[in-house]
Amino acid sequence: MIVAERKTIPELIDILRGHKNILVLGCGTCVTVCLAGGEREVSIIASALRIASRTQNLGFKVSELTIERQCDNIFIEQAAEAIDKCDAVLSLGCGAGVQAIAERYPRKPVYAGLNTKFLGVLEERGVWTEKCAACGACVLHEYGGICPVTRCAKHMLNGPCGGSREDRCEVSPDRPCAWQLIYQRLKSIGQLQKLEQVTMPKNWGASLNGGPRTIIREDHRI
Amino acid sequence: MSSDKKETTIVAFCCLYCAYAAADLAGSMRLQYPSNIRILRTPCTGRLEVEYFMKAFEDGADGVIVAGCEEGSCHFKEGNLVAKRRVNYAKKLLSEAGLESDRLRMVNVSAASARKLVDYLKEMADTIEKLGPSPLHTGKQLAKQESKS
Repeated sequence: MIVAERKTIPELIDILRGHKNILVLGCGTCVTVCLAGGEREVSIIASALRIASRTQNLGFKVSELTIERQCDNIFIEQAAEAIDKCDAVLSLGCGAGVQAIAERYPRKPVYAGLNTKFLGVLEERGVWTEKCAACGACVLHEYGGICPVTRCAKHMLNGPCGGSREDRCEVSPDRPCAWQLIYQRLKSIGQLQKLEQVTMPKNWGASLNGGPRTIIREDHRI
Repeated sequence: MSSDKKETTIVAFCCLYCAYAAADLAGSMRLQYPSNIRILRTPCTGRLEVEYFMKAFEDGADGVIVAGCEEGSCHFKEGNLVAKRRVNYAKKLLSEAGLESDRLRMVNVSAASARKLVDYLKEMADTIEKLGPSPLHTGKQLAKQESKS
């Protein structure tokens, strides 16, 4: 899922200053699961903004709404009335959600209330970690399902480097060495021979380095 | 009691298994706590969400005190520890929004600690008296005073 983190209230105030009717718009998908932009966070942030407005005399009138998914026009439709009524939208969706709303409402200021961080998983309650860099050409099958592009600090495809210390990465003792994990995983599934292959340099053209990406499925187009 | 104290309201979220029973015991022991405290019974402080504290302030509370079981004695094992983290998060948010974070506080008492609870409530009332009424509802108070006069 996409993992995001809220901006601080002073940052939001700076972004919203000058607007009066503000809609805090939540998203019921990824950012709900990572506790950054779901119905509960919309309520909390809207409440904090109303409090800030009254303590700092900002004149905000804050309303709240959460839709199922901000990156999908069908669901954006459900917010049409609320968006029409407000002066500005503070989206608590991921970067894709903010842009989808902005594209749909070209005359309405739409601001990001979250910092979209990464594609990750819930490690334990309250802890999310990055697992995928969305590089566009997945190599997980070569590395026992552990991504060196994302989880190795040097993105090494032929590791480990000399900085692997007692299964820890030299960048931080809190961080496990991805190549140690790859070795253990390949060993446990009987595929250690994969480490004998030298991987050629990756084609980064499939990643964001080649510009924003588009997928077209002709079989699904109308 | 000063006029400020009379005009302020403190919401006390009290856990059914400890602080609420302690408040009951305080009554039986004829211990007095400040009259501006409004006690709300909660099944466990771990049931309280951050938005409850935010809404309490938005809706006119000058202070909020969360009274849960002593650490290690929660009826639901760790509800009070969850509440502690939520209170800390809410304090940070309030501070970011420009409201004094001391207006929100968590305390831990047992069901037998009536005197300790009363002391905490008095301390909270003193803190709020020093801070004065919440700036969030100063307008409402003025309107009330104007309509009286």
